Amino acid sequence: MVDKKIVLRFPKRLVDRPIVSRLIKDHDLEFNILKASVTQDEEGLMVLELKGKQEEYDKGIAFLKEAGVILESLSQNVTRNEARCTHCGACITVCPVGAFELDTVTRQTSFHDKKCIACGICIKACPPRAMELHF
Amino acid sequence: MTKTIEEINLKIKKGEAVVFTAEEIIGVVKEKGLQRVAEEVDVVTTGTFGPMCSSGAYFNIGHSKPRIKLGGGRTYLNDVPAYTGLAAVDLFLGATATPDDDPRNKVHPGEFNYGGGHVIEELVAGKDIRLEATAYSTDCYPRKKLETWINIKDLNEAVLFNVRNAYQNYNVAANLSNKTIYTYMGILKPNLGNITYCSAGQLSPLLNDPYYKTIGIGTKIFLGGGIGYVAWQGTQFNPTVARTEGGVPKGGAGTLAVIGDLKQMSPRWLVGTSMLGYGPTLTVGIGVPIPILSEEILQYTTVTDDQIIGTVIDYSDAYPNLKNQPVGEVTYAQLKSGKVTIQGKKVPTASLSSYPRAVEIATTLKDWIKTGKFELTQPVASLPGTESGLKFKPLNERPIAP
Repeated sequence: MVDKKIVLRFPKRLVDRPIVSRLIKDHDLEFNILKASVTQDEEGLMVLELKGKQEEYDKGIAFLKEAGVILESLSQNVTRNEARCTHCGACITVCPVGAFELDTVTRQTSFHDKKCIACGICIKACPPRAMELHF
Repeated sequence: MTKTIEEINLKIKKGEAVVFTAEEIIGVVKEKGLQRVAEEVDVVTTGTFGPMCSSGAYFNIGHSKPRIKLGGGRTYLNDVPAYTGLAAVDLFLGATATPDDDPRNKVHPGEFNYGGGHVIEELVAGKDIRLEATAYSTDCYPRKKLETWINIKDLNEAVLFNVRNAYQNYNVAANLSNKTIYTYMGILKPNLGNITYCSAGQLSPLLNDPYYKTIGIGTKIFLGGGIGYVAWQGTQFNPTVARTEGGVPKGGAGTLAVIGDLKQMSPRWLVGTSMLGYGPTLTVGIGVPIPILSEEILQYTTVTDDQIIGTVIDYSDAYPNLKNQPVGEVTYAQLKSGKVTIQGKKVPTASLSSYPRAVEIATTLKDWIKTGKFELTQPVASLPGTESGLKFKPLNERPIAP
């Protein structure tokens, strides 16, 4: 079983075509839409959590790529600028999925990008503005 | 046993001073006992690194040709308004100064990504800053407009002057309403969704000298990565707040006004900060050395997080409406555990003040003293103690009759 979060960019020509429903129908993948929007350039942006058998997941990804969807792993999208992070800990209780963890010994904060769902709340909550969102 | 600062400085000069941070000293005294440690240890260093809004810096930019008088006109540093009601080329920039027209601040909660604190950080980092000024032309200062890049190394003076820093304890914030609120204590989730606090606790300067027996006007400190001095009591100085038996204040008590040459400071310790929905500010690093002149003074430095009480205040109603209705009391040890129980509910906690950075400051100051680079000063005047009766009062509002 795989459980991955991916970012899908739909070029203009694909925005009104049913792509994600094919993932479910043809490849029996469970999905959770974390974010979906159409950008100013009329391109589609979706953050999707996909769960299913590895084989089906791989076939699903291949299908998306063939259809012309551009894929990225989510962990590349929300990053922490280590030079700016002061380890104050303000992020810890604003993150809805607990992606920030406090080390009770060193009192430093770690960011677990695999848990991140790119909601964007920490971007504005971080006082030294160490969190960056790249879409 | 009593020691003097002169005796301690003699040891520092020889590189023989025995120094511990306020965190380390707890274990040292537990192991060896108060009496022995008071004789052996010379200095305990403290540190704190948190947002401190009443901070700022003043500059003398030097005269232009022809001369300009900034006072009475308007001056902006990277679009952030500075205060010019001083002599011709003297100006003051506050940490919370906000650009006039940043569209990202116009709708609540504004982002406040850039303000006075950020300009100060960039200046200290050696970056060029845009200065744009319009002025009231006079016979002796005829120029009306000035648009120039400035850099800290060209300024005659660049002095960090913070009128209120290093709060001795502070409120612990919660939100009892059913809407998220955006405050200087961070984002507070509804119905006691989270609790925030802002103090270095057992490392905090004034919490290690709760009755201000060693820290006074003229005390030499670590400030913003360089050297600074305590200039005065900070604003809202409140020595008569309720205290525990150990003398630890249960709410905001003393504060320090500090000053130092910005040119020898570092952007690692002066960080431009943005509080969503509230405003920009400056996060400041301060470290104060405490000379161990007696057993009593040493005793105070052994304070631990579980002996420091924080009073939980509701920031949705009680705080904005100046109501004295605390929600509860917690210890800093409980706050640092990540969860506290308030009104029967387990509430997650978060800090706004960086404890790892406070440790780094206390450790850096310890190294400076041990290597003989930093000698202590004798305060020239004390801060007002509890016997002064000084109390932080609310405004006596007297509306002006129409």
